[in-house]
Amino acid sequence: MIRINNFIIPLFSLIIFCLLWELLVWYNNWPNYKMASPSDLWPAFWKFKHLFLIYGWETFWRTVVGLILSVLVGLSFGILMGFSKTIRIGLYPILVGFNAIPKATVVPVIALIFVGMHNMNTIIIVILISFFPICVSISIGLSTLEREYEDILLSLGANKFEIFYKIALPKTLPEFFGALKVSTTLAFIGTNLMEIIEPHGKGLGHLFDSGKISADYPLMFAVLITLAVMGIFLYYIVVYLENIFAGWAIRQ
Amino acid sequence: MHINIEKVSHQYETKQGMLPVLKDLSLSIKRKGFTAIVGPSGCGKSTITRLVSGLIKPTQGSIFISNKKITSPLSTVGMAFQNPVLLEWRNVIKNIILPLEIVSKNMTYNQKRSNALDLLKLVGLEEFENNLPSELSGGMKQRVSLCRSLVHSPEVLILDEPFAALDAFTKEDLWDVMHKLKKERDFTCILITHDLREAVYLADQVIVLSGRPASLQYDVKTNFNEEKKISDLYSSEVSQLLATLRNQIEIAQNKND
Repeated sequence: MIRINNFIIPLFSLIIFCLLWELLVWYNNWPNYKMASPSDLWPAFWKFKHLFLIYGWETFWRTVVGLILSVLVGLSFGILMGFSKTIRIGLYPILVGFNAIPKATVVPVIALIFVGMHNMNTIIIVILISFFPICVSISIGLSTLEREYEDILLSLGANKFEIFYKIALPKTLPEFFGALKVSTTLAFIGTNLMEIIEPHGKGLGHLFDSGKISADYPLMFAVLITLAVMGIFLYYIVVYLENIFAGWAIRQ
Repeated sequence: MHINIEKVSHQYETKQGMLPVLKDLSLSIKRKGFTAIVGPSGCGKSTITRLVSGLIKPTQGSIFISNKKITSPLSTVGMAFQNPVLLEWRNVIKNIILPLEIVSKNMTYNQKRSNALDLLKLVGLEEFENNLPSELSGGMKQRVSLCRSLVHSPEVLILDEPFAALDAFTKEDLWDVMHKLKKERDFTCILITHDLREAVYLADQVIVLSGRPASLQYDVKTNFNEEKKISDLYSSEVSQLLATLRNQIEIAQNKND
């Protein structure tokens, strides 16, 4: 029953959302160059279904690769900052400052440094935009580990590494997955920033840009909806992993 | 394993300067003894547990276990705290075998499990082997924590107020569990507590520490009965002893002020 509800309830809310959207457009009598309605999207999507498949895949794999790498980067920084107070106070201002810079302004810089390496450019922007939440959550999780947890193992002569992988790391997993959910949605922003701002002719961002140039508003909306669906898909993969690795922290 | 604390002084570095917590503390605990340490709060009782387990080194003086000076943590020590600090992602049995994963790396999982099960039976939780800590009550968690502190057959068991957060009846149950464990297993025990009845019921020696910086103020044997029972706590002999200890605590508190 719970399983069915987990599927039915989100589906139901999605249908209501689309109906309200349709109603809003219909009631205001907006033309589709002002605001496309859900019923305009399917024809637009079907018309360009091959492009959606090719560009969608490009966006998807670069986002996933970027996300995996940002997990590695975020974990490494987080672990360093969690264990060493010196590194923590040394790195925080830099990381916070870096994160405060609008990533759209970094896109041309990256594109210039790695001219022509489209995949790499995109993946770098994804990493830059999504590693921060992971890094912060891991460093906080590790640095706030209660002393008793360490004492149990330290009093037996355990080394730092054993304490890390037997206690500190598993204990931080729930926070890690919370941050990973934020990072997952951020990652798509990263991919599309690069694809829209720098004309690589790749990815859904490029398709969105083409829609803009040819004033095909239903196409633009269809791209946005595709991105949303991909985001939801990736989010639930993270939820699935969370259930496997940190299921103990989820209240039934 | 007898424990000797010889002229130990210890101080912590704080923002307001050095804070002395122990001053010239000397005491000895006999082999297989059970010693309770009581004293006003903040007098440095927990510092003693960290010193004996080798987690910190005393500023002055030395601590010996079986005439061997402690300089670093020993794998022959077990610890349990007021907070049971169970690993929530591990089930009961895997929580208990955690110390074996550090000190007996060559032991097979089945050996570890059977060691843990023996203890789990002693504390009456054998059917909860596969439960997660979140499914246990406070008293059950503390039982599991006791099992974990004993699974590697330590020679010294250090208990830092393990029963303080439990309700009165659960507490008395756990006291009897402790009696049982002490009878079945061979260890020297140090118990830090605020509960004088607990101290008298469990330990054969009660030590009262003076206020901060703490030193030995009062040392008494409590062998009023071979096999202690809860009802013994209401005898006149024990009441007398409790009154004396209460009085000593008051003296210690006044020094603190």
